[in-house]
Amino acid sequence: MTDAPLLPLFILLTSLGIAPLLFALPERSAGLRTAINLGAAGLKVALVAWLSWKLSQGVIYDLRFTVLPGLDFNLQADPLAILFIALSAVLWFITTVYSVGYLEKGPHRARFFGFFSLCVGATVGIALAGNLFTFLLFYELLTLATYPLVVHRGTAEALRAGRIYLIYTLGGGLVLLLGTLGLWILAGSTDFVPGGILGDVAEAAPLAAQLLFLVLVAGLGVKAALVPFHAWLPIAMVAPAPVSALLHAVAVVKAGAFGIMRVVYEVYGIETAQALGLTAPLAAIAAVTILYGSLRALSQDDIKRRLAWSTVSQVSYITLGVALASPIAAIGALAHLIHQGLMKITMFMAAGNLAEGLGVKKVSQMNGVGRAMPGTMAAFTLAALAMIGLPPLAGFVSKWYLATGGLEAGQGWVIALLLGSSLLNAAYFLPMLHRAWFVEPADAAPGGLARRRIGWMLAVPPIATASLVLIAGGLANAPFSPLEWTRFIVALEYPQAAFDDLPEAF
Amino acid sequence: MNDLPTLDWPTAVVFAPLAGAILAFAWPRRAAGIGLASVLLTTAAVAALALRVLAEGAVVTRLGNWGAPLGIDLRADGLSTLLLAMTAGVGLFVSLGALDSYAPARADERTRRYFWPLWLLLLTGLNGAFLSTDVFNLYVMLEVIALAAVGLTVLGGGREAVRAGLEYMYASILGALLFLMGVGFVYLELGRLDFAGLIAAEPAPALTAALALMIAGLLLKTALFPLHFWLPGAHANATAPASALLSGLVVKVSLYIFLRLTQYMPLPDELLVTLMGTLGAGAILWGGIQALRAERLKLLVAWSTVVQIGLIFVAFARAGQVGLAESWKAAALLILAHAVAKAAMFLSAGRIKDEVGHDRIQDLDRSPIRPTLAQFTFALAAISLIGLPPSLGFAGKWVLMEGAMAAGYWHWVGITMIGTLLSVAYFSRVLAGFLRFDRLRTPVAEHQGWALADTAPLVLALAALSLGLVAAPILAFMEIGYPFGATP
Repeated sequence: MTDAPLLPLFILLTSLGIAPLLFALPERSAGLRTAINLGAAGLKVALVAWLSWKLSQGVIYDLRFTVLPGLDFNLQADPLAILFIALSAVLWFITTVYSVGYLEKGPHRARFFGFFSLCVGATVGIALAGNLFTFLLFYELLTLATYPLVVHRGTAEALRAGRIYLIYTLGGGLVLLLGTLGLWILAGSTDFVPGGILGDVAEAAPLAAQLLFLVLVAGLGVKAALVPFHAWLPIAMVAPAPVSALLHAVAVVKAGAFGIMRVVYEVYGIETAQALGLTAPLAAIAAVTILYGSLRALSQDDIKRRLAWSTVSQVSYITLGVALASPIAAIGALAHLIHQGLMKITMFMAAGNLAEGLGVKKVSQMNGVGRAMPGTMAAFTLAALAMIGLPPLAGFVSKWYLATGGLEAGQGWVIALLLGSSLLNAAYFLPMLHRAWFVEPADAAPGGLARRRIGWMLAVPPIATASLVLIAGGLANAPFSPLEWTRFIVALEYPQAAFDDLPEAF
Repeated sequence: MNDLPTLDWPTAVVFAPLAGAILAFAWPRRAAGIGLASVLLTTAAVAALALRVLAEGAVVTRLGNWGAPLGIDLRADGLSTLLLAMTAGVGLFVSLGALDSYAPARADERTRRYFWPLWLLLLTGLNGAFLSTDVFNLYVMLEVIALAAVGLTVLGGGREAVRAGLEYMYASILGALLFLMGVGFVYLELGRLDFAGLIAAEPAPALTAALALMIAGLLLKTALFPLHFWLPGAHANATAPASALLSGLVVKVSLYIFLRLTQYMPLPDELLVTLMGTLGAGAILWGGIQALRAERLKLLVAWSTVVQIGLIFVAFARAGQVGLAESWKAAALLILAHAVAKAAMFLSAGRIKDEVGHDRIQDLDRSPIRPTLAQFTFALAAISLIGLPPSLGFAGKWVLMEGAMAAGYWHWVGITMIGTLLSVAYFSRVLAGFLRFDRLRTPVAEHQGWALADTAPLVLALAALSLGLVAAPILAFMEIGYPFGATP
């Protein structure tokens, strides 16, 4: 049953379509710009809600037209896509509010918001892409749209970071192009199909299929910040706070992780990937990345840099869950796609508030900031505890499913890995919390740190996302929670799994 | 010609600009108006012709009803019509840009007087070449084009432009001479000069020699490495609209003729195909390195033309003798993509130079004047030239790499990827400067843009960016009348 086939296109246009408008607006029309931004973001949330409702009614959306002989531009709204665009729609709305507050009176706002919406549009396209070819188009668009955001401040340092970012991501894009071509030549199709399309090829030419996997994962691993392709992420921290927040939560790193998910589940199919012996090395890379990112985070004094290294580590949970090739771990991976986004965006917005309100940019300056900005720091604390994996917060749910899935797949080492990672999480987050709440500021004026008012547009968004962290964890088993939706998806990707046996609660 | 049945679009496509050229020359005070009207008329004729080709297949006109092999035939198949459309589209928007660049306040009397006749003469030659069906006619058109192009090169430029123009003229004359010698060999051997005769001919040493001479002439005219020496100077020192025409359209004619000739007279040895690709690879590397070192914006853009020509030859070579028809589609897509994107880029580079006052890449970010719209256009054009999706350049590169990978020619895949990375490197030298602001002491005067003069290149850049999404219909159109098949 097909209905209103253009709905996914409209969702795409709520972000891509307003970009030219935003570019064209004069710098001083701040009110109109904000209205367009928030209007479009709100409309998108509504459209995504409608789309997911329709989808749960069994409506199929499939929009395509031919770009090159045999190759379609294809938008498809499948449950996995909905998961990702729901995340991006909600977080875009919140981040837009935050960005308006953050960049008020700053220069180049027209340019900023233009590229900002292009960036979100690219994310939507990545989510809705029905084949790897379409995915590639938006993957490259994402690179191009984020570059001006990363170098937004226009300083020599920002440009240096931007250059490294561009080298890594465009290089990765080129490798992914090679992989897409290889897939097209090997399989005669680049479609995402649950169960995969490479089954026959894998039997006929296993070596080619394995090599292709290497190329595809290398191309996607750059954005997913898998070791050894991770170096750009901590450097890209020069971007303004809302950009970092979005980059780490939904846009760039998630695009990579999401792509890996598509490739493993819907290009290869989990059984084929396993039969080719591809999942174990992928899991190993993810494990190395998880530990390495956490270890590097320990020694960072710059708050945003510490958070960035933490992202390197946390995003690889998703890859790990995919690579474990167990349905329960897959639930953990998908849930973590959402949960990590919520947690990390909270922390980056909080970090931005500390810099804006108190001028605090380093961990060593964090003494007593809890008292100065209780709301912001409460949100930060909640997200940090969730990252560490304190029940019943969101991060705990992810880790629980990953660990259970690891056991189910007979990979006991995963428990040790997760425990080690959680300990490291605690080791780099708890000192921050300790300083914030329990250490007196050393050289502060009487009455606390010197502070500037930050306004509600900065204060509220991190609190909102922190509440979502709480809800996503606490009500994980409620209908329409991220976790419930991921069960639905995993049922599609693992048709053989007996879902009655899956643990209902933890 | 009282037996002309319906309006004859191929003839109109050639004679509308010719009439315009004569009128604009005779009546210099109205040159701009005449020029624009004539370009519009030509564009309309091309559109009508394209519709007819789409509906009926290839269209043939026998001038004066003589017919081949004696008379002159004009033939519009899919490939010709596509290149005519490319010329008309690019030409129209460059003309609009030229209205501003050669406005009385900006250009001297002589420049304004001669630009339009020269450009219309060039358009006549281009359209004539795309419609020609015999090698002598092609030679005549090449001479017409060369005459107009050399004129455009020196127009309004200083001593540098004149020197570059002279170099260009020598290269052009030598190329034409070689081509003419080849034509002579063909005539001596076959007694006729039309394409049908070439196809029907048995292989003979004289024909091989003819092919070699003609190809040598064409490679010189199209500036394939290492015969590119004349190009960077000529294209970098001309005024912006002239550069756009020279880089976007003029070098494409010799490429087009090369494609046609090698179709009708296959290269005798696959090794030669590989040699073409190797020269292309050389162009990609050498041009890329030179673009990295270029100190001026327009010079960088000119070197990128050398690179793109090289890429087109890699596309030509990428599937060897066996898959030539497929290779030509990739080459034709890249020709189209480069024409549109490079015209946009030269026009926007010209705008940046006009607004900022210089085009030294090093110092662009020290200027408080930021012509944002021109910079944005430059970036969009760069996306297509680098070959990022969804641009036409991407589509061309996809077809190229697809064929090379399917044939197992990994060296062509490798060189294409290296070329892509090099182009990212040299274009980002410029683009990063657009976003740098910390070297300014004064407030930035942004939003110089939205002038009408910025719109023409922007439209071209947007076209280059989005046409990749309709690459499939473009490829299908190209094949109307079997330009890559057996019968012409």
